[in-house]
Amino acid sequence: MRTISALFPKKIKVEELTAIEAKPYSNPYLVGFGLGLVLLATFVIMGRGLGASGAMSSIVAVTVDKLSPEYASQNSFFKNYLGDGTTNPLKDWLVFEVLGVFVGGFISALLAGRIKRTVEKGPHISTSLRLVFAFVGGSFMGFGAMLARGCTSGQALTGGALLNLGSWVFMLMVFAGAYAMAYFIRRQWL
Amino acid sequence: MNAPFFKFGFFGNEVSLILAFVIGIAFGFALERGGFGNARILAAQFYFTDMRVLKVMFTAIVTAMLGVYYLTWIGWLDLSLVYISDTYMLPQALGGFILGVGFVIGGYCPGTSVVSFASGRLDGLIFILGVMFGIFVFGVVFPLINSFYYSTYMGKVTLQEWSDTSYGFMVFLVVVMALAAFVVAEKVEKKMSEKLKVSK
Repeated sequence: MRTISALFPKKIKVEELTAIEAKPYSNPYLVGFGLGLVLLATFVIMGRGLGASGAMSSIVAVTVDKLSPEYASQNSFFKNYLGDGTTNPLKDWLVFEVLGVFVGGFISALLAGRIKRTVEKGPHISTSLRLVFAFVGGSFMGFGAMLARGCTSGQALTGGALLNLGSWVFMLMVFAGAYAMAYFIRRQWL
Repeated sequence: MNAPFFKFGFFGNEVSLILAFVIGIAFGFALERGGFGNARILAAQFYFTDMRVLKVMFTAIVTAMLGVYYLTWIGWLDLSLVYISDTYMLPQALGGFILGVGFVIGGYCPGTSVVSFASGRLDGLIFILGVMFGIFVFGVVFPLINSFYYSTYMGKVTLQEWSDTSYGFMVFLVVVMALAAFVVAEKVEKKMSEKLKVSK
């Protein structure tokens, strides 16, 4: 645990020093309406929906290809993302969209005074343990998203709005999995 | 009017990438406004103290669903050209469950972790690295689980086709379900936060 925090030179403040009061988050129904309009616009303009995990798999495939081109060309999963070599796999719709998500998130947080160098966690868990949980949780998420052919954006939101059967089953199982696990991990959050 | 515009050749690939970036900005902006860059708010959903995830997601789904339904009905949008993924029942159900477990352990999903990192959260960045590691592991074991990955294939199938009802009826049903979920969410949220106040 200690070695993980040693990786980060500056000590991370977990409790906020409320020098500037951050604006409260917006009304969830209003945010949902806005998000729904963004999704609708994507359907109308592009004929496709939003996504996030796909961009990360493109980056992983490219990294694997850089480290071991031979292995990447033999593995059917990575090969699928790399294509036939005529186009750059990072010149991808989802990669550009996720770059936008980063910029949009930054702009919104900046305008609301919510940029904060911190680690989000409950009061009863150490920062390093929280970071371990973040990595482990992310790994489950990455694996699950690949198996389900999409994540919360690609399956739940996009497929949900298009009334796709597989997406609705996926969404219900996401909530089932999270609620089933929540009790065992409550010390991290409460 | 012929939508989806891209499928009717209104613009090419290069322009679609610029639009992807612009759409992404709006997406990220909305997620941050909703508090989705904050793992504690996202995790609170699973302890019933803050039901934002459910409220935002179902409002977004209902909004986009009604928009698609209306635009299709008046003939502006050709729904057959809007991409939906094929249904592979078992791998999608198991994938969703694993993803849900990862959601409450890690506190984010791939999209929200990007927003979290963008607003300075280190756990968001570590989560992203975890997602990439999980994807890498999936890629490595993919040849072994290949047959399961392609099992229980059902093709492109919507709820209305599967239940043999009409599009309009299914849209109505989802709206009613969402409204009921909102009422329950508001009540549960109030009850749980009062309970936590007492215990503190």
